[in-house]
Amino acid sequence: MAVRGRPHVVLTLDRSVPCGYLPCPRRLASHVIRLNNVTKVYARGARPALDDVDLEIERGEFVFLVGASGSGKSTLLRLMLREERPTGGKVFVAGKDLSKLSTWKVPYLRRQIGTVFQDFRLLPNKTVFENVAFALQVIGKPRHHIMTTVPDTLELVGLGGKEKRRPHELSGGEQQRVAIARAFVNRPSILLADEPTGNLDPTTSVGIMRLLDRINRTGTTVVMATHDDEIVDQMRKRVVELDTGQVVRDQSRGVYGSDR
Amino acid sequence: MRLQFILSEMFVGLRRNLSMAVSVILVTFVSLTFVGAAALLQAQISQVKDQWYDKVEVTIYLCPQDSEKPTCAGGEASQAQIDEIGQKLHSDALAPYVKKVYFETKQQAYESFEKRYANEWWAQSVTADQMQASYRVALVDPSQYQVISDTFTGHTGVDVVQDQRKVFEPLILVLNRATLISGGLAVVMLLAATLLITTTIRLSAMSRRRETGIMRLVGASNLFIQLPFMLEGAIAATIGAGLAVGGLWFGVRYLVQDWLATSVRWIPYIGAGDVWTVAPFLLAAAILLAAISSLVSLGRYTKV
Ligand SMILES: Nc1ncnc2c1ncn2[C@@H]1O[C@H](COP(=O)(O)OP(=O)(O)OP(=O)(O)O)[C@@H](O)[C@H]1O
Ligand SMILES: [Mg+2]
Repeated sequence: MAVRGRPHVVLTLDRSVPCGYLPCPRRLASHVIRLNNVTKVYARGARPALDDVDLEIERGEFVFLVGASGSGKSTLLRLMLREERPTGGKVFVAGKDLSKLSTWKVPYLRRQIGTVFQDFRLLPNKTVFENVAFALQVIGKPRHHIMTTVPDTLELVGLGGKEKRRPHELSGGEQQRVAIARAFVNRPSILLADEPTGNLDPTTSVGIMRLLDRINRTGTTVVMATHDDEIVDQMRKRVVELDTGQVVRDQSRGVYGSDR
Repeated sequence: MRLQFILSEMFVGLRRNLSMAVSVILVTFVSLTFVGAAALLQAQISQVKDQWYDKVEVTIYLCPQDSEKPTCAGGEASQAQIDEIGQKLHSDALAPYVKKVYFETKQQAYESFEKRYANEWWAQSVTADQMQASYRVALVDPSQYQVISDTFTGHTGVDVVQDQRKVFEPLILVLNRATLISGGLAVVMLLAATLLITTTIRLSAMSRRRETGIMRLVGASNLFIQLPFMLEGAIAATIGAGLAVGGLWFGVRYLVQDWLATSVRWIPYIGAGDVWTVAPFLLAAAILLAAISSLVSLGRYTKV
């Protein structure tokens, strides 16, 4: 199994030493996400879902996570969100060591991360506007902030004029745009997307990818797990391939399939 | 914004599970009524006991002005008779039985009577001369009432020797039994209330899993996620407590004051004021109940 593409970057700095009160070296600070020897075993005795994964993602990058079903893509995203905790190794997100992050601080971490899923996860009895505003309301943002930010964000995702619709009155692509608006409305520095085009037809998917690309251009780091080879091949972004929990390829401007 | 949002979430939850909310209200209502009834029964017991109850066992009532007892043929007990009885009480023969002796003049008896029945219309015409002086005797062994009774019954100047406990004991026994029954029912009902509130909050949390899931995802704090559910339980329980206070007030006002107090007159009764004394405790109990139930049920369903 040849690992081709960009060689794994090895930094000479000892990255296990946290910066503490000293200013972080620039090279270190530019990683918004870093996984060091991360292993995740769900059930005792089971095959690890992630096996000794090392991964660095820089600020503003767009990364595709690819791999067969069950290879550990969603697990990786859940670790970054601290929905799961690693069995071994360390996860750093937005400058924080998640193993040292106390439970009550987790919500503050998540405010810096937007999340999008295959199944949209919208609230059916709220309008488009309310669905997006909900994300701000529940973190205690003031009303005037919500009133200005939500329309801007809806405009950005191309849903201007559809504020009053409910999710069932929208197409799948539009629903995913609402979900993206909700994920992005608090201007997170990281956007995690788990198969966001999984339920959409190819043309609609292209529209969603354009949107994610636009969000990426604003400086937001995007990590997207996907099975969609056409999209990956078209976008030519960094591709990280997982196979049974191990990183088998890490390629800048990569394609979906590797030449195994 | 925050408060408004939390409150609106709470009302959505209450409306969605209206029948559950109503059952929580009813169960807390009934259970706290029993708790309150037990407390009021105890308050009634302390009303029944007079100022001597916990101090003495036997009362030797001396002859009042116009008694028909043969021992009182000489009219009101004279100072000489009073002294004689006093000396006998302090004599060596009775020393092993008698712990302490208090003497109460008829004026003192009148004053405490006045105080005790200040609000009773039928007590207003009583004068000091209608009262009688008495020796109040505390015994070393309370069961030795007979010794005192044998010595002083039929003694000149003595109207009657009364075993203090015999007068109040049956009533207090009844009240204490009622307290026990009420308290026992209260415990059972409180348990039911706790389980019901726990289930209600859990159902409410499950029916809003979508919302709470998204809340967690976008970084709402734990408190923010849990508060509407807690408030839901607390509001329902508080309404239940309010109903219980209302029920108790109604009971005291119409059962005790209007009915018992006019049919059995010699006992001083608790009043609406006692209900207001119990009310804050019932309210606190309701909130505690809801808090415990929230803690039990929420941890699992709305964890980060
Ligand atoms: N909550 C869980 N409990 C136990 N095992 C789990 C859990 N979640 C995932 N797994 C296991 O971990 C492995 C990786 O799962 P994961 O969901 O990360 O794969 P994936 O790459 O996202 O797959 P897909 O492309 O189908 O979404 C699988 O073997 C899966 O069975
Ligand atoms: Mg997955």
